[in-house]
Amino acid sequence: MSKIEINQLSKKFIKRDKFIEALQDITLSIQPGEFVCLLGPSGCGKTTLLRILANLEKPSSGEVMIHQKDKEKPLQSMVFQENGIIPWLTVEENVAFGLKMRHLPSAYIKERTEYYLYKVGLTNFKRLYPKELSGGMKQRVSIARAFANDPEILLMDEPFAALDEQNKFILQEELLSIWQETKKTVLFITHSIDEALLLSDRILLMSSQPGRIVKDINIEMERSRSIEKVRSDSAMTDIFLDVWEHLQNEVKQARL
Amino acid sequence: MRKKVTIPQLITISSPICLLLLWEFCSQFEILDPRFFPAPSLIIQTLMQMGETGELFTHVTVSLTRIVFGFLLGVIPAICIGLLMGMYRYFRHFFSPIIMIFMPIPTLAMLPIILILFGIGEFSKMITIAISVFFPVAINTAAGVANIDKIYVDVAKNYQANAKDFFFKIALPGSLPVMLEGIQMGQAIALLTIVAAEMIGANSGIGYLIWMNYKAFLLPQMYVGLLLISFFGYFFSLLLRGIERKLLLWK
Repeated sequence: MSKIEINQLSKKFIKRDKFIEALQDITLSIQPGEFVCLLGPSGCGKTTLLRILANLEKPSSGEVMIHQKDKEKPLQSMVFQENGIIPWLTVEENVAFGLKMRHLPSAYIKERTEYYLYKVGLTNFKRLYPKELSGGMKQRVSIARAFANDPEILLMDEPFAALDEQNKFILQEELLSIWQETKKTVLFITHSIDEALLLSDRILLMSSQPGRIVKDINIEMERSRSIEKVRSDSAMTDIFLDVWEHLQNEVKQARL
Repeated sequence: MRKKVTIPQLITISSPICLLLLWEFCSQFEILDPRFFPAPSLIIQTLMQMGETGELFTHVTVSLTRIVFGFLLGVIPAICIGLLMGMYRYFRHFFSPIIMIFMPIPTLAMLPIILILFGIGEFSKMITIAISVFFPVAINTAAGVANIDKIYVDVAKNYQANAKDFFFKIALPGSLPVMLEGIQMGQAIALLTIVAAEMIGANSGIGYLIWMNYKAFLLPQMYVGLLLISFFGYFFSLLLRGIERKLLLWK
């Protein structure tokens, strides 16, 4: 039984009297525990798709279904692009946010918060406000908050896009290590091919507007991966080139 | 540990001292007419005398009571209505025209109606202050909520915050910075209003003190009133700034 099912989903916007078709006829299913990257040129509707899954937007037609195994768990939690952590809450309160909103017992909230603070290495920073954190630390808070909430699936909207290279590699590996422990189903948006290759079991390539899924690539490389291994693996290089060519064509077409 | 006084601090302290010295000098040597501009030293002396008789104390407590209660009477409903306006479109559409209609009218122009409705007692003074404080606070609170970054609304929704949690965890703290600016403004307006209101329709308070002493041509006494207003204005804004710093640690 698949974890996420999307059936003939489409989304249209009206922007200044013009119809914009953001997503067109998207059908896909994602298996439990799969790490799936949605990769596409900017403006292709990746974020719209994720926001529909996050129930922040409604589809124009079609349907999405997230299979709920445990009635106690929330369906999904999202890791936002940047600035997704709330500035007037401390690091600790931010990580506990989802649990508190669900009004769980405070002992349980404390235990889970402590655990994920430890996991992302922020135990010593838990009483600080976000303004005192670096960009990388903020995204760690955001990731800890999503994992602590223990949802059925995780949605990530380019969480590392604003970070510098070094920080990005570190956080990617941290994310993988937490993910491997929990085996959550993840849908991850990115425009970085390297990031998609490093993280995912499966890459879904999207076309530029209107967004469609044009290619579904399985990444067989065994875990645990690191950026060095991915870069030196010849099968991965082939995939890289394949995806690169496709993206270039998409971007060029969008410009014509 | 002793703090060193920096040069900017020295300059800041020096300007009022220079002004006072200049005033004292001009007044003593009758460059300015000392009947209209009594020397600061004389004003301080008068302040001491008035303080000893206890008369001053009554006027000050009367004014402060009016300000404090009137302020609270205005600020509390203003915050509630402002938050509701910021959070719910229908509230905003409903209340905006009412606020737009009443805001341009100076509260003092409504004083006759207030006196008719609430009598000439203390309550009518508090209502006058409350009304004048209400508008800047309500408008700033609504603007504060509207200014909360959309992403925090999404985060709250995504993490299943209910209406009550959204109110207390997102709307209230998120609008606080802009709301506090409104409260600062309200504080200044409250002081302005009470003095003017006391000049027109009261027989006690700092405004009354100023007006009566002017009529009796006791100008040093009048200046004592002005001095007190300046002092309390400064004191209140320091107090609010202190509270602000405590509340906005995250800023």
